[in-house]
Amino acid sequence: MTSKLTAAIVGPGNIGTDLMYKLLRSAQNGGSVEPRWMIGVDPSSEGLKLAAAQGLESTHEGVDWLLKQDQLPDLIFEATSAYVHREYAPRYAEAGIRAIDLTPAAVGPAVIPPVNGEQHVGAMNVNMITCGGQATIPMVAAVSRAATVSYAEIVASVSSMSAGPGTRANIDEFTRTTAAGVEGIGGAERGKAIIILNPAEPPMIMRDTIFCAVPPDADRDAIVQSVFAMEKAVQEYVPGYRLLQEPQIDEPSPASQGQTKVSIFVEVEGAGDYLPTYAGNLDIMTAAATQVGENIARSVLA
Amino acid sequence: MNDLNALTRTWSGTHGDEPWGTLDLRLTDTCLRDGSHHKRHQFTAQEVHDIVEALDSSGIPVIEVTHGDGLGGSSFNYGFSRTPEQELIRIAAETATRAKIAFLMLPGVGTKDDIRAAQDNGGQICRIATHCTEADVSIQHFGLARELGLETVGFLMMSHTQPPEVLAKQARVMVDAGCQCVYVVDSAGALIMEQTADRVSAVVAEIGDVADVGFHGHENLGLGVANTVIAARAGATQIDGSVRRFGAGAGNTPLEAFIGVCDKLGWTTGVDFLQIVDASEDVIKPAMPEECQLDRMTLMMGYAGVYSSFLKHAGNAADRYGVSGAKILLEAGRRKLIGGQEDQLIDIALMLKAEAEKEAANS
Repeated sequence: MTSKLTAAIVGPGNIGTDLMYKLLRSAQNGGSVEPRWMIGVDPSSEGLKLAAAQGLESTHEGVDWLLKQDQLPDLIFEATSAYVHREYAPRYAEAGIRAIDLTPAAVGPAVIPPVNGEQHVGAMNVNMITCGGQATIPMVAAVSRAATVSYAEIVASVSSMSAGPGTRANIDEFTRTTAAGVEGIGGAERGKAIIILNPAEPPMIMRDTIFCAVPPDADRDAIVQSVFAMEKAVQEYVPGYRLLQEPQIDEPSPASQGQTKVSIFVEVEGAGDYLPTYAGNLDIMTAAATQVGENIARSVLA
Repeated sequence: MNDLNALTRTWSGTHGDEPWGTLDLRLTDTCLRDGSHHKRHQFTAQEVHDIVEALDSSGIPVIEVTHGDGLGGSSFNYGFSRTPEQELIRIAAETATRAKIAFLMLPGVGTKDDIRAAQDNGGQICRIATHCTEADVSIQHFGLARELGLETVGFLMMSHTQPPEVLAKQARVMVDAGCQCVYVVDSAGALIMEQTADRVSAVVAEIGDVADVGFHGHENLGLGVANTVIAARAGATQIDGSVRRFGAGAGNTPLEAFIGVCDKLGWTTGVDFLQIVDASEDVIKPAMPEECQLDRMTLMMGYAGVYSSFLKHAGNAADRYGVSGAKILLEAGRRKLIGGQEDQLIDIALMLKAEAEKEAANS
């Protein structure tokens, strides 16, 4: 008898393939999720071939094929696009399959592992927000733990090479979904998200800036300590996540609309499983999704 | 007969007569958008009203009004707007009698909802800007803009960083998505005349049969008017500039000077030269915090190929951390930063400060 949940990855692109390697490694290291299927729609997909080589059952016949099988997965990791996931999410739920959604579709509640990782383990559908959200919302939450954040704004700069057609077609969904997460999970009263795709060669490592407006009398040491603690918490599943500078605190001014401004600069270097190390934006999504899958599995199997 | 004066392509050649009569070139003044950077996004409703009134009565056919970084640009990263931009667009649209009001949006900063709101407030031309290798992020926005019946313009920013054939391909992506005019945008003021002509010609060759081509210049190497003249000769029929250069960096192509040049060359713009010169002195100048200058900082931008709107932010970071603003800009060029990455200037300033402290400790 297996003591693992079975999983299918839908979408054998860059994210889906990188996720496969992370799930396989997690399983080898005593994890509770067994990746068994890789589902695509294009027979020439490199990701399908790599999955087959790793012993996963791989098909280009799409989710329709998967849902017709006698044995269904316990978990589906959705690595396609927001449009595709919105269409298929109800069918996963009907079939009793829990979905971990790596698109910005936001069908289910959003999860950021070090902030609310245990909160939605019972949900049938959880959303990983966006790469920019995974990289920045922990820091908004870190500041919110120490002070009231009336407004938070995140700027995510990623290499053009790491932004696939899904992100490009969905850039509005990125900003909307990330901003909603900055508010809902980060704890900011109002949130805003900005994304920049930079084509520089050699490709730039993902960089993010987090700006938070806090009251002038906020406890500054508490904010800084909370930020350092959050850096460590994220490093547990993304070792290449690091602060580039100490958090910067600027006195209130008309330019900051009378609030004290906290600025936090981070860099996200990926583990290089399938994606190149500069694509920390994709790596933090797959690493976080792996964490969430394991959390769900532990809770279901317990 | 001087052949240099003959334009191979003219605006009215493809569009027929507009209310302004036959135009060889259709001009857009952008001091209420690009100038928003110079003004640190502090325009008042009264200033916008007065400037639109003056430009409109001079015969400027298109006036762009938005936060400098486009719809949704009001932020810590780019600077908060004193007056909400949607209110400024509404005031501009209510004030203009002939001119169309344009607005800018950058995918990744603004969203489709912002476009809808700008149209509701009277904006008629939707200008969508991407870095010049990233045109495909604009597809959903061009689709929406055309569906809403807006006129569309695409901006290929930082055009100096890519060769003509790359720009042509990116222009094609925008046109296929519904863009009706693609601008070669010299965001860093780094193009030198023939480089402008080559880029405009390549874009004309790719999309000229179905769409217009435009040129947007900056003055960081003092070449705004020269680049714009050569762009028109290469087939650009829509031209940007700002009266009194009121724009980011050393400012934009001074529109009143370009209009005077057009008069001399016999190119019709529909704008009255004497009236626009008066507007420059009497209305635009009083609204400017200072003249746009070609100085150490702005020259560095043209020289290092740095996005013009980094100017004020680099200056802020230099003041805050006691380091050289010119060095911040040079490092921004070395890191190949693009439009929108203003946050990185603070990181650069902190790095320069740490380096200086290390040097001081070692000496």
